[in-house]
Amino acid sequence: MLGKTAASLFWMSRYLERAENSARFIEAGFRIALTRSASASDEWSSVLKSSGVLGAYHAKHDTIESARVINFLLRDPDNSGSVIALMKQARDSARTARIALTREVWEATNESWITLKSAMAKPVREQDLPEILGLVRQQSALVRGATLGTMLRNDGFNFLRLGTFLERADSTARILDVKYYLLLPSLAQIGSSVDNVQWETILRSVSAHRSFRWLNGTDISAQAVADYLILHRQMPRSLAFCYAKISDNLGFLDQNYDRKSSSGELAKLICEQQQQQPIEAIFDIGLHEYINEFIKANNGLAAQIETDFNFQDRIG
Amino acid sequence: MGSDENVRRPYDDYKSWLDQENVKRLHRKSADAEAFFRKTGITFNVYGQDEADERLIPFDVVPRVLSAREWRKLSKGIEQRVRAINAFLYDIYHRQEILRAGRVPVELIANNVAFLSQMIGVNPPGGIYTHIIGTDIVRTGEEEFYVLEDNARTPSGVSYMLENRETMLQMFPELFAKIKVQEVSNYPRQLRRSLAACAPPNCEGKPVVAVLTPGIHNSAYFEHSFLADHMGAELVEGHDLKIVDGRVAMRTTQGYTAIDVLYRRVDDDYLDPLNFNPESMLGVPGIMDVYRSGGITIANAPGTGISDDKALYSYMPDIVEFYTGEKPLLENVPTWRCSEKDQLAYVLEHLEELVVKEVHGSGGYGMLVGPAASKKEVAAFRAKLIDNASNYIAQPTLALSTVPIFTKKGLAPRHVDLRPFVLVSPEGINITPGGLTRVAMTEGSLVVNSSQGGGTKDTWVLEE
Repeated sequence: MLGKTAASLFWMSRYLERAENSARFIEAGFRIALTRSASASDEWSSVLKSSGVLGAYHAKHDTIESARVINFLLRDPDNSGSVIALMKQARDSARTARIALTREVWEATNESWITLKSAMAKPVREQDLPEILGLVRQQSALVRGATLGTMLRNDGFNFLRLGTFLERADSTARILDVKYYLLLPSLAQIGSSVDNVQWETILRSVSAHRSFRWLNGTDISAQAVADYLILHRQMPRSLAFCYAKISDNLGFLDQNYDRKSSSGELAKLICEQQQQQPIEAIFDIGLHEYINEFIKANNGLAAQIETDFNFQDRIG
Repeated sequence: MGSDENVRRPYDDYKSWLDQENVKRLHRKSADAEAFFRKTGITFNVYGQDEADERLIPFDVVPRVLSAREWRKLSKGIEQRVRAINAFLYDIYHRQEILRAGRVPVELIANNVAFLSQMIGVNPPGGIYTHIIGTDIVRTGEEEFYVLEDNARTPSGVSYMLENRETMLQMFPELFAKIKVQEVSNYPRQLRRSLAACAPPNCEGKPVVAVLTPGIHNSAYFEHSFLADHMGAELVEGHDLKIVDGRVAMRTTQGYTAIDVLYRRVDDDYLDPLNFNPESMLGVPGIMDVYRSGGITIANAPGTGISDDKALYSYMPDIVEFYTGEKPLLENVPTWRCSEKDQLAYVLEHLEELVVKEVHGSGGYGMLVGPAASKKEVAAFRAKLIDNASNYIAQPTLALSTVPIFTKKGLAPRHVDLRPFVLVSPEGINITPGGLTRVAMTEGSLVVNSSQGGGTKDTWVLEE
């Protein structure tokens, strides 16, 4: 497989994952804006921050208003990270890697872009938001379904999966990074009427509020939420889950190519650390520091993958 | 189906099916086809538009039908012409017998940008210059076919031929059960086989074939990816390739792999910045040197453009006769060479009746269709023509045949041409039955190019 094709597959699934996560963030933010209008502005601000576009937003708008934020995140041409821009990039990457995709995966990706482009052709009104966000989730589910149902489990599939889980780990880490202060034990005294809605927002941002309750009942504690998002091995958006998948896929690639890659070693190392470090130890280090280190390591791994598999021509 | 109300024989079976069809159903199928093309991404980009939007080529649901007898006649003529073109190319880049014999003027070759001096004395693997040709043919009467253009560089449209048939099979399966139509779906396999048969002689094992595309913004990108996909070949861009150990190699996830046969969809000029246009970002620096040393097959060979050059077109009957020793089976459209004084005078006098084309143009750009042009357009073109006469040729507006298309108001006649696709290898010449029928969608229009709003339809060659 061409290095360029591998890169396109990797980025195609990164962009798709990012678009879907962005929709999730908007959904959680919108809920807060509806139910607790007093903190709406703060919440939107942290959504913009988690999506990495707070600066770009303020370059255009002075004040934070729901309708503006929503349109900025979904469709503003000045926002290169808008959902529609991400879908366009995903679609262009799929077009570049067309010969490595099944017809089903290509068509699902192409149709997602066509559908969302026409759904967001005009400014999105607040009353239409749930429908649009539902559409984003549905379209990305279609692409994922086509991928899992029709792709050969070859190197191309591995690159798609690597893109998905690296992006997802980054996204979960970012939301934790923006909200980490809410999870600090000093602020969340057991038994006090601490703001559970805020924690719920975090869980909602990763579509985990229901599953968390299933597993923990009503016992919501800061540590339990952090543990769930960082170390829980069955929660599909946790850092540990993502890294198990990343490590597996790099392992398959090494096996397939009959070699040992630096990125494979690196991923294994991160996995082992996660297994040896209980949540108490993470809080001892400092949640903020831990997350920061993780984001750096995750970026480092992405760069190593790019090098190991010749995504680009290296000089020399 | 015929110039009068009578339906031509090959259409009989189709007509009897159509007569029983519900018009509403046909309209619905028409809309389905469009949705299908969009979903599949069978689109093309139009150059020079602000918004790099992808457009659909209009598809018409009524097939164009040729009888087996008509096809035999056509394919024989095409085969003869393609043989002559390859012989001409070999000659023109070697001993130039045809120039010595005075059958083609020397200055037409010497001053022609399509003639590549870098190809002089080069022997392409298998002796093949034009691995893929798309001969444009028009019909003016029951037995009258003319070759309009030879398209011996990088002809496009074959993916539309294949997808049009695929679409028809999905929409009207019952039709194909009733009427026996010759297959086209073998084309990608035959293309791969044909390319592999032209691999360099020192190639060991299964030849590595790749398609070279300018990238996703090229107007024919869909076709490039389609062909690579269906051949099971890699789809590469210039920046995926470099010269490694004297071979052209592609960057894979596991290092560099040498390519044996490169089906390039990049023009000569952009192929190699070291040997041709130094500004080109689309090609591979040094590929011509590898080619000349026999390390890779380039399909089509560089420099084939000299054979389908419009300035040379009027000499094609001589060229066919010179190399095959036979009279041409297919007619050439009568052509006035504006480079010649008396012919130019005639053209200037009859501008309103003629089609005037740029010698190096393609895609229907920069041409004048006299009968369809306004007085102002004719006057403007006249000035351009006088200014640079040798840049133009002129042809009569032929009474092109029409075939029915399905419009909002029912069936209506439209002008068409036909581009059959020809594969050439040491194993022989292979022509897929049918080809791409292009339709001028506007009533009375003669311009079928997709860049100018032309459409396409499925082309049937009936079984014997």
